[in-house]
Amino acid sequence: MSVPAKLSDVEPRFFTRAQWASFLLPTLVLALVLPLLNAALPAEHLLRPSDFTLNLYGKYATYAVLALGVDLLWGYLGILSLGQALFFALGGYAFGMHLLLMIGKDGQYKSDLPDYMVFLGYKALPAHWEPFYSFSFAAAAVLIVPALIAFVFGWLAFRSRIKGVYLSILTQALTYAAALLFFRNDFGFGGNNGFTDFKRVLGADLNSPDTRRGLYVASVLLLAGVFLLYRWLTRAKFGHLMQAIRDGENRVLFSGYATARYKLFVFVLVAAITGVAGALYVPQVGIINPSEMTPEKSLEAVVWVAVGGRGTLLGPILGALFVNALKSWATRAAPELWLYIIGGLFIVVVLFLPGGLISLPAKFRSFWVKLRSKAPAAESLAAGH
Amino acid sequence: MSHPILQAEDVTKTFDGFRAINALNFYLFPGELRTVIGPNGAGKSTFFDLLTGRAKPDTGGIEYSPVPDTPATDLTKLNEYEIQRLGIGRKFQTPSVFAEHTVFTNLVLSLKGPRGVFASLFHRLDSAARDRLDALLKLVRLDDKRHWKAGLLSHGEKQWLEIGMLLASEPRVLLVDEPAAGMTDEETHRTGELLLSLAGKHSIVVVEHDMSFVKQISINGQVTVLHQGSVLCEGKFDDVQSHPKVREVYLGRGKN
Repeated sequence: MSVPAKLSDVEPRFFTRAQWASFLLPTLVLALVLPLLNAALPAEHLLRPSDFTLNLYGKYATYAVLALGVDLLWGYLGILSLGQALFFALGGYAFGMHLLLMIGKDGQYKSDLPDYMVFLGYKALPAHWEPFYSFSFAAAAVLIVPALIAFVFGWLAFRSRIKGVYLSILTQALTYAAALLFFRNDFGFGGNNGFTDFKRVLGADLNSPDTRRGLYVASVLLLAGVFLLYRWLTRAKFGHLMQAIRDGENRVLFSGYATARYKLFVFVLVAAITGVAGALYVPQVGIINPSEMTPEKSLEAVVWVAVGGRGTLLGPILGALFVNALKSWATRAAPELWLYIIGGLFIVVVLFLPGGLISLPAKFRSFWVKLRSKAPAAESLAAGH
Repeated sequence: MSHPILQAEDVTKTFDGFRAINALNFYLFPGELRTVIGPNGAGKSTFFDLLTGRAKPDTGGIEYSPVPDTPATDLTKLNEYEIQRLGIGRKFQTPSVFAEHTVFTNLVLSLKGPRGVFASLFHRLDSAARDRLDALLKLVRLDDKRHWKAGLLSHGEKQWLEIGMLLASEPRVLLVDEPAAGMTDEETHRTGELLLSLAGKHSIVVVEHDMSFVKQISINGQVTVLHQGSVLCEGKFDDVQSHPKVREVYLGRGKN
């Protein structure tokens, strides 16, 4: 008897119809309905999402993109990078340079130079800043700078076959070193104050509701696009290979695959995409400084992924939303407790919910099934008496 | 005799002062099924490491010449995946299959074909490949378990799957490390038959401890005895078994 080979086994369909629906529906709501309600309804209307809410969601969307990158590396490829926030911050800095130049003479010192440069006594704009007047150059730098750093680091690390905890420590050292560098005034990126006080992007006023709505929509669309791209990467042969490298790199190597190249490809791709998320984050929060690349930031992203459910693409998004919503609440309600809350959350998830939030429905379902299979037994027992 | 497909000459490999391989000479001829035996620590696994690029010899040369009368390839300069691509496949002592993947996917990943990043991104299974996979699944008797996660297979089935993965890459040379470990007698026998049927088409080196299995697969071929990193003797199974030095070091009965 021969079993027909199932194509879906190796090359699953990109999305089933139901999956398309469950992807498009929230995307439409978030990218179209919410901004329309925000724009059309009067300010006090019950159904109108406030400007603040949209701005918050936009920020979360960029965080979710960061989390997806962490998960692609950790959950699928088995590389626990503790330095992903570096690429987020580098993208943010690259775009921040452009935003800073776009302030023009509207800064505190009414100078062509950015405020911090006036303050530090610069006489002229450093030459490497000049090209950042161009939006397209800055946009390219947003992709290229993180990718380049990731390429150099990854090329050295993966070629030398550095793995596991050693690689994690190195990634953390990388982001820490970068943070120390950016904290220095003489490094030339505003020291610990970073860049702030942005006025406009592409000629549009950053404080106008329209611009902020646009940034929010761009963040949601970026998240949706990155989700689709990662979905494509993680299915079929490439996705199987990533997971094979995670589970048994030796066998992959001895099957003729240059595993270092696969890792480098994913690492660089994720860095570039994370950079774009960082670039969208900066105009929405209005500031970028070196604290964004301290190791804690990267560790937080790892917690989002663990809480949401690693090795799935929906988990990191849920995790980023949930943990950050919790953070927004906790830092207002009990700011001094936040670190305990996030630490405790991480421990609880690792111990009791290794699959993360995303595994909860399945857990409830099996619990429900157990409960129902017990219930009739109890009934018949009662009837017997 | 024809030209060896794989030869190691005067190979030495030292780990922290310990000579795992010591002036080893080894010649494998096309289509041969060679069995390598030796007590623990004789250097069998290190030998495979040297042949497959996992370790580099301190001295000596390892050459591969699949096509007669063409310059041989120096294997000591290549790494694992380059050597695999030349047509030298290796099965590990403990079965190393992708536990989280199905049996079918395990074979797909091993199938001969381009190995680059972009080739994998845009990979599609064509019907020829699917036929080949069906044939392989039958050969290793995992046809009805093709949708099983490989981690759920029995130890013996994992061994078979790994042999199947090896064959999927269509190697010229098969290096097989203890294929019968953890198998029932019947599975062991079938493994022996499979290896015997592959000889001729492939050149095979089998490292094994199980003597009845060694006897089974060395029926037409040579047995090489490794001891302290070099070849102690080589010959037919019966000759090797009755060789006094072999009895002394390997079977441990010489002293009595």
